[in-house]
Amino acid sequence: MLQDLYREIILDHYAHPRNRGKLEGADIAVEGVNPSCGDEISLYARVRDGRLEEVRFEGRGCSISQASASMMTEAVKGKSLDAAHELAEEFKAMMHGQVPDEGRLGDLVALQGVRRFPVRIKCATLAWVALQQGLREYAAGRPARVVASSEDEL
Amino acid sequence: MPIPLDVRADFPLLQRSLDGKPLVYLDSAATSQKPRAVLEALQRYYEEYNANVHRGLYRIAERATLAYEEARAKVAAFVGARPEELVFTRGTTEAINLVAYAWGDAFVRAGDEVLVTEMEHHSNLVPWQLLAQRRGARLRVLKVRPEDGTLDLDSLDRLLTERTRIVAVTHQSNVVGTINPVRYISERAHAVGAVVVVDGAQSVPHMPVRVAELGCDFLAFSGHKMCGPTGIGALWGRRELLEAMPPFHGGGEMIERVELEHSTYKDPPHRFEAGTPNIAGAIALGVAVEYLRALGMEAVREHEKALVRYAMAQLAELRGLRLYGPKDPELRGGALAFTLEGVHPHDVAQVLDEQGVCVRAGHHCAQPLHRALGLAATARASVYLYNTAEDIDALVRGLERVRAFFGLAS
Repeated sequence: MLQDLYREIILDHYAHPRNRGKLEGADIAVEGVNPSCGDEISLYARVRDGRLEEVRFEGRGCSISQASASMMTEAVKGKSLDAAHELAEEFKAMMHGQVPDEGRLGDLVALQGVRRFPVRIKCATLAWVALQQGLREYAAGRPARVVASSEDEL
Repeated sequence: MPIPLDVRADFPLLQRSLDGKPLVYLDSAATSQKPRAVLEALQRYYEEYNANVHRGLYRIAERATLAYEEARAKVAAFVGARPEELVFTRGTTEAINLVAYAWGDAFVRAGDEVLVTEMEHHSNLVPWQLLAQRRGARLRVLKVRPEDGTLDLDSLDRLLTERTRIVAVTHQSNVVGTINPVRYISERAHAVGAVVVVDGAQSVPHMPVRVAELGCDFLAFSGHKMCGPTGIGALWGRRELLEAMPPFHGGGEMIERVELEHSTYKDPPHRFEAGTPNIAGAIALGVAVEYLRALGMEAVREHEKALVRYAMAQLAELRGLRLYGPKDPELRGGALAFTLEGVHPHDVAQVLDEQGVCVRAGHHCAQPLHRALGLAATARASVYLYNTAEDIDALVRGLERVRAFFGLAS
């Protein structure tokens, strides 16, 4: 039961977050905030030749939100902006019930256990919603710093 | 008379188990469980005398009206008030909004001040923000002392001015359990001519409350936190204030004579009960307060105090656990907000749930208070008359499992 939610790889990312820290001069900077539970993620990315050359995050919150952010940075680093956006779509679709393509989602599949705990789904999607918001703002040429939340997404 | 040990047998939900584990319910600050007598009262109304109130000439309608008004008398007596001063509402939130709209819009002017506290539940904060915006009034804030979760009363007299029209304060914090000196606050507020609105959602269910002793002008509380059903609550207000207030909602039941262009309204409390009320809920709330009265509110308070003392001692043994609010059980109620170092409150609550222990995690509708404490969220265990030391033991065992699960060495 509980092991479905807190898979080993999730707890590992929570305890040892990857790509953690601030990125100076980032092209994309998004604050992801879920006020109702207090989960916070600052997401930074540097774009080179249409790819996410560097992705980092800082934040505080529950294990699911922080692990998901950490796993996301690994998954999207080096990807084209479009591919990163696609992956976010695929991840969100998995969280909302679609059968995932394990080849494309890789380790991220571990987070599908969260689906059985509906109130925690928004914890898992926060970093991804923030990423998509950042990509949209970047494409529109708007200033780097924006705020996103996954609480209104159903 | 202490709370009898078999009181749990009165609550059907507490007999249940989840995955073979007994249910340990420690979230009564959110909503209480219901005794069988209350559930039966709801059913009896619908099965035996379901009819609208204040209208029908037939016998079951008379019986429904009588039961509804008797419930009003019982609920009023429960807080030492007269029935003509007690308005049934959907709950505390609606009761506070009623005051903010009906009294606030009529008597608060541009440049006036409304004093709230940093400790408030959003339901005793947002209605005042909205009022201030509508009327061009200024919201002022009495701060919380982060070290013990009490109000900074030293600044009270500085914050009260001749412009202060309303002082809104909770009787007991829904997060850190602090019991506020409402009588003192009322006296100081009255000295500048302000009206005092008290959020009694966490006090009326848990301790003896008499409006005369509080010295306030309005008291709001919810039925579902005091063994009653959801969707019913009450607003007590001083008669002369209620009489001076225009209606809140317009509709049936609240009018005397209706012309096409204008109407005349009933006297309080009916002036503020537009539309068909929650008849079943009000009757069942009447049964709930009878149930509480039979146990004795002194006994309820003593029972919870003993549990809080026990819980505080047990929780203090857990490494990395930090408890917020007053240390002295005399100064606090049964809401125990805590954090466990290295584990987010949501993860704490999730792992506890697996063991059948129900606690809440988040900001508990009190974001400014959490900000004052320097926190985004807490986990909260809260006790009521049916909780036992075994429930606290289960919580402590559960928290040990949380620590183990997240790999925190003990």
